[in-house]
Amino acid sequence: MPDVNITIDGKKVTAPAGTLLIEACKSVGIEVPSFCYYPNLSLQGACRMCLVKIEKMPKLQTACTTVITEGMAVSTDTPEIHQARKGMVELLLGNHPLDCPVCDAGGECELQDMTFSYGAAESRYIEPKHHREEQQWSPVVYFDRPRCILCYRCVRVCGEGMDVWALGVQNRGVSSIIAPNQEDHLECEECGMCIDICPVGALTSGAYRYKTRPWEMNHVGTPCTHCADGCKTTLGVRRSDTGMEIVRGDNRDKSGINGDFLCIKGRYAFDFVDSAERITRPLIRKDGQLTPASWEEAFQLVGRNFRETLERHGGQAIGVFGSNRTTNEENYLLQKFARVVLQTNNIDHHRTADFPALAAALAGKSGRTASMRDVYSAPAILLIGSDPTEQHPLLAWQIRNNVRLHRARLYVVNSQSIKLRRQATLFAQVPESGGEAAFIDFLAGNAAHAGENAAQLQDLRDKVRAEPELVVIFGSELRGESIARLVNALPQAKFVSLGDYANSRGAADMGLYPDLLPGYLPLDKGSSFAADWGTLPTLPGLNFLQMSESAKAGQLKALYVVGANPINRFKVDPFAFSIVRIADAMGFEVHKLVPFRRGEPADMGQSRGAQSGEADRHAVWLEAHGLEPKMSPFDPMAIFDEIQRLVPGYEVARLNLMAGNDQHTEFSGLGALQDPGLIVPANDGLFTSGTLGRYSKVLNSVSENQHRTEQTEVAAD
Amino acid sequence: MRFSDQFEQRFSEMLTHYPTKRSVLVPTLLYAQDETGFLSDEVIAEIAGRLELSELDVRNVISYYSMLTTKRRGKFNVQVCTNIACMLRGGEELFEHCEKKLGIGHKGTTLDGAFSLEEVECIGGCSWAPAVQVNYDFHENLTPEKMDRVLADYRNRLHE
Repeated sequence: MPDVNITIDGKKVTAPAGTLLIEACKSVGIEVPSFCYYPNLSLQGACRMCLVKIEKMPKLQTACTTVITEGMAVSTDTPEIHQARKGMVELLLGNHPLDCPVCDAGGECELQDMTFSYGAAESRYIEPKHHREEQQWSPVVYFDRPRCILCYRCVRVCGEGMDVWALGVQNRGVSSIIAPNQEDHLECEECGMCIDICPVGALTSGAYRYKTRPWEMNHVGTPCTHCADGCKTTLGVRRSDTGMEIVRGDNRDKSGINGDFLCIKGRYAFDFVDSAERITRPLIRKDGQLTPASWEEAFQLVGRNFRETLERHGGQAIGVFGSNRTTNEENYLLQKFARVVLQTNNIDHHRTADFPALAAALAGKSGRTASMRDVYSAPAILLIGSDPTEQHPLLAWQIRNNVRLHRARLYVVNSQSIKLRRQATLFAQVPESGGEAAFIDFLAGNAAHAGENAAQLQDLRDKVRAEPELVVIFGSELRGESIARLVNALPQAKFVSLGDYANSRGAADMGLYPDLLPGYLPLDKGSSFAADWGTLPTLPGLNFLQMSESAKAGQLKALYVVGANPINRFKVDPFAFSIVRIADAMGFEVHKLVPFRRGEPADMGQSRGAQSGEADRHAVWLEAHGLEPKMSPFDPMAIFDEIQRLVPGYEVARLNLMAGNDQHTEFSGLGALQDPGLIVPANDGLFTSGTLGRYSKVLNSVSENQHRTEQTEVAAD
Repeated sequence: MRFSDQFEQRFSEMLTHYPTKRSVLVPTLLYAQDETGFLSDEVIAEIAGRLELSELDVRNVISYYSMLTTKRRGKFNVQVCTNIACMLRGGEELFEHCEKKLGIGHKGTTLDGAFSLEEVECIGGCSWAPAVQVNYDFHENLTPEKMDRVLADYRNRLHE
């Protein structure tokens, strides 16, 4: 759009036509206060705080609803404006309680800030205030009506942003109130966006309220540990009797790929960390009982058993099962340990997406994968399978906002009538089990569609093919050859393959496969790794089902499981592994739970108690446990050096990475076609997150959770 | 939930007038209220379903408009204007007279369910003030005596 020149407080400003005056002011560092205005939400013009003087206009104008025009001359700081804003604050405070010291929002309240800025702390009102009791709308949402200043941010973010529409405005004028959808309580996604966006203390979070003050916390940015969307959550942490305590999760600073968006899991479900049932000491099976032991003893046992097994039976007798929740560095080390130390390619993980097939389909092509940012800006999106609203909340948010703000065209192909159909330009329902794959055959070919809704699918195929720029997102419904057909059918498109766990993609990238090295390199293409690591095992590895068979036949003697629970989901007989079982969650992050549930047979289940991801703290921890001499310090930077040297596709800017910014990685290995039966979707919804979810009090407390069907346990749990 | 054929006809006709279904909400609510007397939970659920809105959304709109009600009203809703022209010509006295006569206050309903009373803003009858609207009928140039006759007239109609 052409640029427009305006003057703000004597400063010359140039901004694209269509820019709102309030944003133009912000772009040159002039803050115009506002309560109701919020970027990317519809305009409200309700609070009258952003009044500015525009030359030749008789009255003060609201900067949040005024679009800049050529030659506009604006003043934002005159006595008249001050007086107007002071008046607005005074009116807002007319019924607002003046008890900031006991309000949960004290210290991060926009009304408090405004009152200090405009000096309206003294009131001329002597009338009594209308008091109303605070209401609890859900385990996580509390509403304190007198504090509400009716900016309607919550109503808009819930409706426009989340497409939930659980909040509304009842009555009008001074008697307006924010109302929940179920008269006295909420039935919604419990995402907490309304609380996050509330400028005052009217909406507060059941998980955080009255626990601490914002200035008493340190804020630590970290990726969310639940789904695979990679949201950044900023944890408010505070010293407590047991070390550091996580008090709050939000992303108010809008850093990371998700801006200020978080779902219920990212915002509240960090509480599994403090579960009393969490195992923090090694357990060794002695006389049939799991008995707490020292780290020294545990490591000796594991080391001895591995060595004996290796010497007596060779590497083929050992299996390794990695995690979808550990970091890239840990996964990289794990498979390196398996291949170099244990001399085995028997390494696998719980697969939730066919990344190797996509890597194979994209081999030799670059720039054909899309990131979460592309999903927000692409002019057209084709979504095949999955239910992002339930399984990938950020992805759904990006899609919805792209459709709402940029009028993107969304094409949805799904066997279920998923909620995102509400944003779709075209929605085609296909038969269950296999409908999505059959659609790919139809999309790739030129034959007319024979089955139901033929005309609709025909239309969809024509439209999708005609899209010049397209992002294609697909779930685990598409596997193997379907993916190659899809990639070839849409040469203009960029692709996103949806995994289910926080680091599903990393586990795949880092080579937790029996037949693939890190970077999707087949074993026989691994000369660069061999040059770095030394001799690699040449025997092809076993996948998990084969390992189980091998154990049954008495050939596999030891299984090393990291941060996963493969037994239940793969429906293998746990007693197949009754000879030697070593389970270990050698996690490097705070979010680690016991890998096997209580009562599962395991010789050793451990979870590290160290509280941070910093290498030096880890060294301190090792030293404290007398392990320093036995284990080299874990230095994530050194490991990352090695990954960047050896794994193709990881040429990312390290500075950005260290700053917590998202970095897009491409597939660059050859990939492989594998048994699609090894892919088992996690089937987690908005209110479940495998084992982590089961140990989260908040997730279990919301009533929406109770309505959903019982979750089946899966391997990466 | 069944409405009259006339309602259904109007409803489907209105749907064709606007780009979105939501746009017909207010007239639909008014026509529904004319038939059922007030907007019950059942009516709200029905209309929300037809227009693909949440019930909360429908309730929000109802609560905004003072002519829409979720409470049962009397058969005859007496709306006395006390806006400026009517006030100058005795509108307030007329309202007080009605209060006494019917034994109810603003937004009240008589025990027999015959009358409701409301003090309303301008109803556009300023030239013939003070004016009163009973359901959709206007009564103008009123005095307490004339008002009594109007009310008696309606009371007689109850037995028709």
